[in-house]
Amino acid sequence: MSLFTYLIILIIISIPFAAMVFLPMKWSKPVLVASFIIFILFMYGPMMTMGVLSLQGPEGSMTLPAHDLFSGHWYSQLNADSDLMAGVRDGIGKSLWISLIVAGITAILSLTLGMAFRRSFRGSGILFYAILLSLMTPGLLLSLGLSFLLYYATPYLNDVGINYHTGQAPLGFVPIIGVQAVWALPFGFLVMMSIFNRYDARAEEAARDLGASSVRTFREVTLPLVWTGVFGAGLFGFTLALNEFERTFLVSGAINTLPLELFIITSTSVLRPYVYSLGVVTILFSFLLIGLFLIVSAVAGRKKALAIDEDDGGSMNTSAMHAAPSGD
Amino acid sequence: MSDTGLVLKDVYRVFPGNVTAVSDVNLEIKNGEYVVFLGPSGCGKTTTLRMIGGHDDPSSGTITIDGELLNGVTPAKRPITTVFQHYALFPHKSVLQNVAFGLKMQGMDKAERETQAKAAIELVGLTAMMDRKPRELSGGQQQRVALGRVLVTRPKAILLDEPLGGLDRLLQLKMRVELRALQRELGITFIHVTHNQEEALSMADRIVVMGDAIVQQVGTPEKLARQPRNEFVATFMGDNNVLKGTIASASGGVIVIDTPYGKVEVEGTGNVGDESSMAIRASAVKVSTDAVPAINGIKVRLDFAEYLGDSVKLHMDLDGKPFMAKVHEERYAEIRAYEGKDITASWTREDGHLLEQ
Repeated sequence: MSLFTYLIILIIISIPFAAMVFLPMKWSKPVLVASFIIFILFMYGPMMTMGVLSLQGPEGSMTLPAHDLFSGHWYSQLNADSDLMAGVRDGIGKSLWISLIVAGITAILSLTLGMAFRRSFRGSGILFYAILLSLMTPGLLLSLGLSFLLYYATPYLNDVGINYHTGQAPLGFVPIIGVQAVWALPFGFLVMMSIFNRYDARAEEAARDLGASSVRTFREVTLPLVWTGVFGAGLFGFTLALNEFERTFLVSGAINTLPLELFIITSTSVLRPYVYSLGVVTILFSFLLIGLFLIVSAVAGRKKALAIDEDDGGSMNTSAMHAAPSGD
Repeated sequence: MSDTGLVLKDVYRVFPGNVTAVSDVNLEIKNGEYVVFLGPSGCGKTTTLRMIGGHDDPSSGTITIDGELLNGVTPAKRPITTVFQHYALFPHKSVLQNVAFGLKMQGMDKAERETQAKAAIELVGLTAMMDRKPRELSGGQQQRVALGRVLVTRPKAILLDEPLGGLDRLLQLKMRVELRALQRELGITFIHVTHNQEEALSMADRIVVMGDAIVQQVGTPEKLARQPRNEFVATFMGDNNVLKGTIASASGGVIVIDTPYGKVEVEGTGNVGDESSMAIRASAVKVSTDAVPAINGIKVRLDFAEYLGDSVKLHMDLDGKPFMAKVHEERYAEIRAYEGKDITASWTREDGHLLEQ
């Protein structure tokens, strides 16, 4: 692109900011709304095109214009009995399992880390940045590094009885789950950090004061108060693992997750619009998960909107003393 | 088991970094007594309360209740419960579940603990709101839940950390009376922490004034109001004027202190030439336009007269230092006319009170 093009893009991007700064509220609001709509179109436009192209008939092509629209042909192809589709279905199955496990690991580790970080401890600063480091590490490097490490470690691992296939590096499920969990952890961790930031630990103190053990306090007070955060951390783990490609790429061994399977298809076979229908199905699945999360949080927070009766209402009933249970 | 109540003996709390939060506290609190720990923030009163409740451990010294050593005993195992500042209710549990929590932890079965919790809820007047969550209650109602939650476990002592701090003034006044009435009915020891002098005076059987990590004075409300032990207590209790100087003469149980503003006499003993100070309650100060008397009187400038409903508080200037008087509200109009002018403040010897140095 020419310098001129960059300049144009810069100007377009700066319009909403300029509107906010220089225009009165009355005018800045519609400008901001319009900019946001354009932004949304820019982001989701390609996805919508994919949706449209996935609904073509058997003659459909990979690019616009769409042919014989509104047929479910490429969706039924997903179910077709071919090696290719068998591979995809296998990839979906494996990805779901792996993602669920990563979700569990992320949720549990984020919760325990979040609880640990409520108080500062020796090395807490270093640990904090170490956890966030994986956000900045190039994924492919992690994958490459781990695969080398496992390759060179294989003889020693074999010595202590860890064999994947004799003579081969122990690639596959465990390293996949490892790299994906490392990737998802900082997201879940940050969710829990913000949850515990707003969390009032005095309720725990009160529980202990009233006779609760540490385990009871955790079960009765801590967990019920933070579990939406734990759920959110798990959801991060799940979606990040489901989409993860570059970190998984070199440590997957014989296991093909869905993104790897799609990569193989797009790089080795003739592309047909079933790729789009597969994409749509994946997105719908993600929406389903997000919807589930929204419902759960809405249910959890449904009473928050209720008005609080500010007037004090009633007084202590000291005459009811005699109705109170007497000491035994 | 003896009935010696709560005893703190030589209690110290030193935080890391050698910060002494509580120093040499010795207290005996009888069973059924309403004791208020009063002091400015950072004076060690909350730390002392936390050590009694088991949420902090003394660095040295012992805490016993009815002869039983509490050091090292977890809060869960102490016959003492705390009403926390801002109540610390369980936001996800209903009023009934909050109140029944302590019994649940004791392993009581559901039917029994709900019966007992309901009785406690009735006691604090919240029967109609039993199924509500804490956030659906007002501040005063939340406070009642917190009280019900500790009462139901029938502790030997209840600790209240700034229990009225979060309430508006009218509700504070109402809750003062109710808390006190409740405590008298139940006969349980209440230990209440506050920085509000008026609250302490109105509620306590005995007040423990803390300042700079030590107990400054222990006494009944009248004693603290009339006879503050030292300058710290006199200043902190408010409505006291402190005058300092050197002792000019001492005979017959009366000393005369030579202050920069004139001579004052006060009952007590001391050595001539020593530094000394005395306090006069604002309400004992008489103001007039008469000539300044030779002793127990000073000339001050009236800055501002504050109308308080039943009295008028005079804010006066004594060479750059504040000096206060309180007179009957009927004199408001007369007093206002003196604003900005010099007037005479005087008192009788009996109203002066010698402070410990």
